[in-house]
Amino acid sequence: MNEFQEKLVNFKWVEPKKTYDVIIIGGGGHGLATAYYLATRHNITNVAVLERNYIGGGNSGRNTTVIRSNYGIPEAVRFYQRSVELYQTLEDETERWIMHAQKGILWMAHGETAVRAEKARAEINTAFGAKTVFVTPKEIKEICPEVDLTGGGVWPIMGGSYHPEAATARHDRVNWALAEGAMKRGVHVHQNTAVTNLIKSGNRVIGVETTAGPMHANVVMSAVGGHVTGLAALAGLRLPIRTHPLQAFVTNHYEQKFHPIVASTSLLTYVSQTARGEMLIGAEIDRQPSYSYRSGHHFLQTCAHRAMTMLPFLRQLRILRQWTGVCDMSPDYSPIMGFTGVDGFVLTTGWGTWGFKAIPAGGEQMAQLIATGETPELIAPFALDRFAQDRTMADRGSAGTH
Amino acid sequence: MSIQIPCPHCGPRPIEEFAFGEILAVPDQITDPDERDIDRAFMHNNPEGPQREAWFHTYGCRRWVTLTRDTRTDQII
Ligand SMILES: Cc1cc2nc3c(=O)[nH]c(=O)nc-3n(C[C@H](O)[C@H](O)[C@H](O)COP(=O)(O)OP(=O)(O)OC[C@H]3O[C@@H](n4cnc5c(N)ncnc54)[C@H](O)[C@@H]3O)c2cc1C
Ligand SMILES: [Zn+2]
Repeated sequence: MNEFQEKLVNFKWVEPKKTYDVIIIGGGGHGLATAYYLATRHNITNVAVLERNYIGGGNSGRNTTVIRSNYGIPEAVRFYQRSVELYQTLEDETERWIMHAQKGILWMAHGETAVRAEKARAEINTAFGAKTVFVTPKEIKEICPEVDLTGGGVWPIMGGSYHPEAATARHDRVNWALAEGAMKRGVHVHQNTAVTNLIKSGNRVIGVETTAGPMHANVVMSAVGGHVTGLAALAGLRLPIRTHPLQAFVTNHYEQKFHPIVASTSLLTYVSQTARGEMLIGAEIDRQPSYSYRSGHHFLQTCAHRAMTMLPFLRQLRILRQWTGVCDMSPDYSPIMGFTGVDGFVLTTGWGTWGFKAIPAGGEQMAQLIATGETPELIAPFALDRFAQDRTMADRGSAGTH
Repeated sequence: MSIQIPCPHCGPRPIEEFAFGEILAVPDQITDPDERDIDRAFMHNNPEGPQREAWFHTYGCRRWVTLTRDTRTDQII
């Protein structure tokens, strides 16, 4: 599909009702995908998505759109591979051009330990269903001719892992495709509608107070990104989440020839090219927990410097703009999905700096959980009670940046 | 400009010179000792607003600075 074949998106805005079967708080990718899969897979359409701002105005419209499944633990590889595959068919399924582009990701190793880590990544990916191979410096140069194998004389590239199925997609279009697909089947999406409180009956959540009045539902789901701590507190829940800013930036236009996504754990940076030709560069979170969208010069300076170490041609480019999102960071760098111990209240969070790729699978699995009342096997390892049970899913090396 | 941390020994210095230290506070309502341990190990207050916190001046005097910062604006109060 391409821009010449597509039709204009067709959103059906309607007045809110007083009761729904399911209310989803937050019109980011995860909230919209859950509504989409409830409607398309389970024929549950008496659903409202409540968004206090505009859909995709949170992290789902601010990310660097890397889609991949080359994670470091079996549970994560399986889950993200499902999402990679759902993304591959999302365009045909929604008949919307989400600009899905398979690019492949090169993950550079600059030392003996990193070489071992990337070999281990390839092994564990292969064992659990993702395609990843270890590549030599010569093979890296073939995949990405722009790379400086000496790493500016400081960070020589000694090998890496290559994950050919890695892709990017236009984030806004993903949000819109899911919203439209859900609305077409009768789901309500209400923008400029903030949830201000939860309505409880005993230990059960039975609805929400909103800026458009109270609404009741059998199931209320939180999908509010970095703002989850305050919302969960309304249900009496404490979460292992800390909210941190994550920044990114793009350069001016570069000849449209940079193909792969390039990442490095040692340098804590990653680079790809957008469809507009901008070079898109990101890093790790800011050190201070914060809800502020401020962008800083220090980030630009250090991140640009590290990216140029691998890709010297970036030196010729200029920075066009930078921005920030506020991320729901979990302590083990894995998501938190499912039941909460509070009846009628489920959540999806801990998407931190890595949740865009998870939008289809996260939505699909949460929809199944809501429709069946049971936790699907694929996401059972990511339940909130894993912390109390000492079963954390530590995967920092794979999720730390994007 | 970077966020400036007012160090009582070194004056205002950029946040990049410091390491963040969270001040953990298990709520009094949690009384069960096991639950208090779990809360201390994993849970965060993560307030959207003023937060009491500590910063270690790693690349300076190497002392802890305690302050209150509004997490909505990063302003130090
Ligand atoms: C700079 C940056 C780069 C990133 N790069 C990548 C990447 O390359 N690959 C990847 O996989 N992930 C990446 N991520 C992470 C990814 O963007 C997020 O994990 C993902 O978008 C989370 O989606 P969400 O639906 O959970 O949250 P969001 O998209 O943040 O949506 C939450 C929504 O809830 C709304 N809301 C909040 N409170 C309320 C309320 N009380 N009432 C009603 N609505 C409310 C908000 O307005 C918001 O629209 C990146 C993030 C950032 C910031
Ligand atoms: Zn000092």
